[in-house]
Amino acid sequence: MRRIATIAWHAFKESVRERVLYNLVVFALLLIGAAILFGSISVGIDYMIIVNLGLSSISVFGLFMAVFIGIGLVWKEIDRRTIYSVLAKPVRRWEFIIGKYFGLMLTLIINTAIMTAGFYLALAYQKKTLELPDLAALQAIYFILLQLAIVVALALLFSCVSTPILSAAFTLSLYVIGSFLSDIRWFGQETGSALVMNLTAALYYLLPNFSNFNVINQIAHENSIPSALLISNSLYALLYVTIVLSAAVLIFEEREFR
Amino acid sequence: MLAVEITDLTKDYAIGFLRKRPRRALDKLNLQVAAGEVFGLLGPNGAGKSTTLKLLLRLIFPSSGTARVLGKDLDDVSMHARIGYLPEQPYFYDHLTAREFLNYAAALFGMAGGLRQRRVGELLERLGLSDSADIPLRKFSKGMTQRVGIAQALINDPELVFLDEPMSGLDPLGRREVRDLILDLKNQGKTVFFSTHIFSDAEMLCDRVAILDRGRLQGCGELREILRVGVSATEIVLDNPSEELLTELHGLATRQVRTGKRVRLEIADEKGVPQALQTILRAGARIVSLNPVKMSLEDYFMARVGEAGEQHRRHGEIEITAGGKQ
Repeated sequence: MRRIATIAWHAFKESVRERVLYNLVVFALLLIGAAILFGSISVGIDYMIIVNLGLSSISVFGLFMAVFIGIGLVWKEIDRRTIYSVLAKPVRRWEFIIGKYFGLMLTLIINTAIMTAGFYLALAYQKKTLELPDLAALQAIYFILLQLAIVVALALLFSCVSTPILSAAFTLSLYVIGSFLSDIRWFGQETGSALVMNLTAALYYLLPNFSNFNVINQIAHENSIPSALLISNSLYALLYVTIVLSAAVLIFEEREFR
Repeated sequence: MLAVEITDLTKDYAIGFLRKRPRRALDKLNLQVAAGEVFGLLGPNGAGKSTTLKLLLRLIFPSSGTARVLGKDLDDVSMHARIGYLPEQPYFYDHLTAREFLNYAAALFGMAGGLRQRRVGELLERLGLSDSADIPLRKFSKGMTQRVGIAQALINDPELVFLDEPMSGLDPLGRREVRDLILDLKNQGKTVFFSTHIFSDAEMLCDRVAILDRGRLQGCGELREILRVGVSATEIVLDNPSEELLTELHGLATRQVRTGKRVRLEIADEKGVPQALQTILRAGARIVSLNPVKMSLEDYFMARVGEAGEQHRRHGEIEITAGGKQ
């Protein structure tokens, strides 16, 4: 456990020294700030604009951070051969992968917290006050973090077997497909073809399904999020991350470092 | 007790893009290294030295054969707590300083804060890195990176140290420091298993050496035995000898080399030495020196690798001839 924490802390320190991370956070904060401007010129829907734009910024920039740091964390260790000296120590390969994962998650949690603070500052500026119902946005942010947890696991999996560019392409593709999985399944059912229906159903269950995680619109329209969704999304993310990380560990266990 | 025990260790790599075919990097290697020994693995590039070390450290996996390190199977990662490893041409994290990196390495061994700080400080001092301990590693020269690599290999005070080309990238002073460090480790009872292609270092440090070529073990033995057995001739240096004397010695000396006024004679036959000396003394010539010509480790290496190369070439010719006949 201590070794996992050591690797996680090292991965965290490594990722927070990436300049791209700060650029992304700054861009996200700028966009959240810009939401105030858009809100102020929209009559009556300023709250909706700020929530929509603010939470979408957190989601998109969180995704970029997860992908661009996730794809490099293991790959760089292999490419630069720093992995040699780590694995020659009493470090099990699964500990290395899990440590890297938690390190990156810590980075994302902290960055998401910074962006969340920016979002609430923007909201407070616009509304002149913050009320208890405004905390509902935290549910959407929690779902964004769950999505990022899956995305990081996927990036890490691809990073064990592929180059950063391919890993980024695979991860982003899966994210995009996963965001439309409910639509894809609906499309399959609409065609009436058994083959297409089975195929889209297989994709629906096999690929990461991000459709249920996007509740930004509901929050913007001040609709409540059912607690069943909170539980099912949490369990889904936990299960999916466990499966993807297990696959990453299995691949990494067999990998040779020439 | 054996520190390293290698039995029929073989490693094949798949090469080629579409049609994969195996290339043997290590062929049924058998080696034993006793605890407390300084053992040198010698060989040209591509001989299989790094492959052997990587197999022992479980960075790659054997195609067949087995090995035990400190009495444990290679799969037993807990054994890594008792060993240290310096990779060939090491590269470490750009964003860390030497102190931070050594702290990270120590933390991976589960060393507690106080002990960790003390050990890191000791090694920075020992490797001459104290002044640059807080500079990012990306600003380090190759030699300084090599020192950091050695420091991280020793961070856990290991019983057994694997060093892959430890002198690589070091200046003469640095090489001397590393030699002293290896001798220190030996005096502390540690086992050092290192690969090198620098023979003078191996000659100075090793109790035993093994020679690898094209993945095959060409020879293994105690260094002093190799060097003692290898007395190949006697060398006599004369100061300004007459041409008549040199003509008279012509039949006894296998080589005569003139350098200025001095002539160096090499007499291969041991029995010819007294006869040559009598002839020289009778002629009244001045003897500058008389020495046995010992085989150096480099000579031994060249002889072994040369033989292996010749066999390999002949084997290849036979194969080509046989292929041609078909």
